[in-house]
Amino acid sequence: MKFSDFIVKDSIRAQIESTDKEGVIREMTAALKEADAVAENQFDSIVEAVLKREELGSTGIGRGVAVPHTKHPTVEQLCGTVAVSQSGVEFDSLDGEKVNLLFLLVSPPDRPGDHLRALENISRQLRDDSFCNFLKQSKTPEDIWQLLVEADNNQFGS
Amino acid sequence: MSGSEATRLVVVQHSQGLHARPAEIVAKAAMLYRAKVEIVRDGYRVDAKSILNLLTLGATQGAELRIEAHGDDASDAVQALADLIESDFSDFD
Repeated sequence: MKFSDFIVKDSIRAQIESTDKEGVIREMTAALKEADAVAENQFDSIVEAVLKREELGSTGIGRGVAVPHTKHPTVEQLCGTVAVSQSGVEFDSLDGEKVNLLFLLVSPPDRPGDHLRALENISRQLRDDSFCNFLKQSKTPEDIWQLLVEADNNQFGS
Repeated sequence: MSGSEATRLVVVQHSQGLHARPAEIVAKAAMLYRAKVEIVRDGYRVDAKSILNLLTLGATQGAELRIEAHGDDASDAVQALADLIESDFSDFD
């Protein structure tokens, strides 16, 4: 499950503006909507589902990364987006730190394998410090996309 | 030296595998122990006290994992994690 398999290029945001958890989730979902990856009339439903999942336990998994996500019956295949926050977002992370890198995933309810493989890919790449650092320093969506493509082609070790 | 090392093979039972929520539960449980705890899948070894590391296992339902712990409470750690990984995590969702 390579990044290019599920990250919607046009939804990537290199300078996310919101600094609170709900705001950034709304902003990222709006980005997916604008890129036509999710339906306009499902926006509120998706945001609500992502926030509900956060109530179960923050997806701020440490090292300045968060992976908010939800299943949703209206998506036919896993789609995701990436956002970088320069100032950091308070995300109730396990390590108490703000997050700078966010991956939002919306997946169909009956394909848990895809979701797991996406999480596996994201987490494996993020174990590499240079990948993390380059992402956090990205200034444009194009920069971020290039990094994801390079990661897919194993430019960042294993 | 009894109690300083423990190992157990387990099979992931949860239909959705070890995704973010179960990984968090396992990591938090592992952190309660003084022992160093690692989980191995196909020779790939990760620190069980890190959600990020656990997610890199991509452990689907049916995946075989080996839990290894080193330290005073190693066997308690291994037992606790084995019970969790072999559950369907329904108590937590």
